[in-house]
Amino acid sequence: MLTTDVVTALTALTRLAAEAEPAGLLPAGLLPAREQMALSLGWHIVIACFGVAFPAMIFVMHLRGIRRDDAVALGLARRWAKVSAVLFAIGAVSGTVLSFEMGVLWPGLMGTYGDVLGLPFAFEGLAFFLEAIFLGIYLYGWRRMPAERHVLMVLPMAITGIIGAYCVLAVNAWMNVPTGFRIVDGEVTDVRPWAVLFNGHAFLQFAHMWVGAYMLTGFTVAGVYAVGMLRGRRDAHHRLGFLVPFVFASVAAVTQPFVGHVLGFGLDERQPAKLAAFELAETTESPSPLRLGGVLVDGEVKGSIDIPYLGSLIAMNSPDDPVPGLDTIPEEDHPPVNLTHLAFQTMVGIGTLLAAAVVHFWIQRRRGRDLLERRWFLRFAAAAGPLAVIALEAGWIATEVGRQPWIVYGVMRTPEAVGDYTASLWWLLGISTVVYTAMTVGAVVVLRSMARRWRAGDADLPSPYAPEVAVAPEAAR
Amino acid sequence: MSLELAVAAALFVGVIAYAVLGGADFGSGFFDLTAGSARRGAELRTLVDHSIGPVWEANHVWLIYVLVIWWTGFPESFAAAMSTLVLPLLLALLGIVLRGASFAFRKYAATLAQARLFGVVFATSSIITPFFLGTVAGGIASGRVPLDGSGDRWASWVNPTSLFGGVIAVGTCAFLAGSFLVADARRSGQERLAEDLRVRALAVGAATGAVVFAALVPIDHDAPTLAAGLEGRAAPLVVLAGLAGLATMALLWTRRYAVARLTAVLAVAAVVSGWGVGQYPWLLVDEVTIADAAGATATLQGLLVAVALAVVVVVPPLAYLFKLTQSEEWSRPDH
Repeated sequence: MLTTDVVTALTALTRLAAEAEPAGLLPAGLLPAREQMALSLGWHIVIACFGVAFPAMIFVMHLRGIRRDDAVALGLARRWAKVSAVLFAIGAVSGTVLSFEMGVLWPGLMGTYGDVLGLPFAFEGLAFFLEAIFLGIYLYGWRRMPAERHVLMVLPMAITGIIGAYCVLAVNAWMNVPTGFRIVDGEVTDVRPWAVLFNGHAFLQFAHMWVGAYMLTGFTVAGVYAVGMLRGRRDAHHRLGFLVPFVFASVAAVTQPFVGHVLGFGLDERQPAKLAAFELAETTESPSPLRLGGVLVDGEVKGSIDIPYLGSLIAMNSPDDPVPGLDTIPEEDHPPVNLTHLAFQTMVGIGTLLAAAVVHFWIQRRRGRDLLERRWFLRFAAAAGPLAVIALEAGWIATEVGRQPWIVYGVMRTPEAVGDYTASLWWLLGISTVVYTAMTVGAVVVLRSMARRWRAGDADLPSPYAPEVAVAPEAAR
Repeated sequence: MSLELAVAAALFVGVIAYAVLGGADFGSGFFDLTAGSARRGAELRTLVDHSIGPVWEANHVWLIYVLVIWWTGFPESFAAAMSTLVLPLLLALLGIVLRGASFAFRKYAATLAQARLFGVVFATSSIITPFFLGTVAGGIASGRVPLDGSGDRWASWVNPTSLFGGVIAVGTCAFLAGSFLVADARRSGQERLAEDLRVRALAVGAATGAVVFAALVPIDHDAPTLAAGLEGRAAPLVVLAGLAGLATMALLWTRRYAVARLTAVLAVAAVVSGWGVGQYPWLLVDEVTIADAAGATATLQGLLVAVALAVVVVVPPLAYLFKLTQSEEWSRPDH
């Protein structure tokens, strides 16, 4: 259900974003196309995180089960594999939606720059291929392959998660910092696709997203067991199920602030409007304050808490270098400032909170105090998954909305990329909302029923195609 | 072979692979839908589940491969086809989403009622998807997709070639699936089920064959460029497709299922190749050729590197997966 809420919130947010832009001259299909992209990408990005990060956690758990002959760990690994079968299936199809939408919604982008940005997608396709193959082998290999070989089958998925995420982020980095082509007399020429695949900005963007995926997955999976412990199920199964993903999430959460900070280096030169929006810098102030919260209304910052010097320190790594203000940038190149600013600070705020929380947990643990005994911590741990989802969505909104009005920064504006559609595109959005809601409901119903049957002691979850199963007490409910 | 032709060939290999491997997965939805009541169809539905479960996602990636090579290698034609054929593409996409999601959901459904609901969605969308992808192929093959993307959003796919293309796609998928499932049923020792599937596969084969021949007449008028290619350069492939189809029927009739699977694959691969060779050198028939549609040279070279890498790193594990699914351990029922 959480995902639907996120989607609803996202859609509302993007609508705000679009309304902030000058209307009238924009193509009728632009707004619905954007919302369509926001819905489908915002949904997929959450599921994709599981595809990137879950295999490594399953691997660790499965390996522990084999090496230590640990039945609890082995049981957890088997359950997680079944869960990933559901999640990866809806991830595969929601990712396919994006492939279609690239062409359907943004023919101007794909027709003009398809051969510039396409190569990373080709390698991403390879990674996806390998992931799907090893997923099939791993899922169906239980009790059908030697255990030592079987556990290795999940490892390629962790690696293809890295490659796939890198390739997708390479394209997004290229949209932020276009390279690998020249424009001569309005024609794209001198295309260097390898320069796009290995563009200088790609690695940091990838690292930020990859670590974010481990945060989201780790906190979400750990949260499931935190809820179980809150309900009094305090066995080895729940402790281990909590700790393994929580360790992954902890490492990721502590690393993420540094990765994010380094990613921001030089943003004042790459995309000054995005930085100004992040920092809510209407005018250039030296030294710049750090503005917590606040909105820009008619060119004036309202309701923010300003901390002097900190803006320059964090954004510019200098005691007095100013954050270039929006007033230095032509009006038509401004992104929707408020949404970008609030999304950015939501991400940073939640990220900081999560990092602080895990540091606190591990320090207390070293001192011999186990916070898993404290209900308030378990409640927080249960909320950490949804918080990580919100942080990830907010970060994505910040970077995407902050790049507007450009789809390819400085080169192609988003209205130039959109297809020649009328307002009929709203129908597509309506149908998509229904389909995504149904898919979310279906996944939640199925995953919850799996958990219920596992708790009732059913390990294998046979498919109930025949009526006989329907009379079993578990299924009769 | 020129660079752009090599990339187009790599693209088309993906189309054939998707038609054969993805097609067999979609086709099993036809048998799932027509398996009868929950009690009567349980055995067949379990077989479908077991048969495509380990492979459908890998087979699905061929579609991604095709899309990516198309937009990277021939970007303008991709944007044009996506704009003009937006309706059937979105309907096919809807089918793809519903098929994949409901298939995964059904496997872990808690009750028969849930399994039924997900099963109906899975089976119906498995038929919808190849139909609309077939109409897309028909729209391109009959020259209804102009390069500027301004083609008619309805007439481009509601026309004789497209509609026949859609029906043929559904039929060939079901025929393939039938010949795969019948072999799977025998391997897992379900002879009665195999016998039932054999009769159905023969019926589907006869019906599909009849539609393919019936289609030749309207295609002759509706898609003259394609028709000329089919009667000329692609004629050997058309003949091969017919012979392989007949051979499959004969092998099914005589219950030699393992070989029938191979001839069925050959028949479908020949049909799809016939379309590709028949419309050569056009990428979008009567609108743009492969050579004219090609993107930047460096990108085409990069794509060939990616394809070569795919042959090295993807094909061996894919072969391993297929080998496992055909093994005795993997033919046991799920647990």
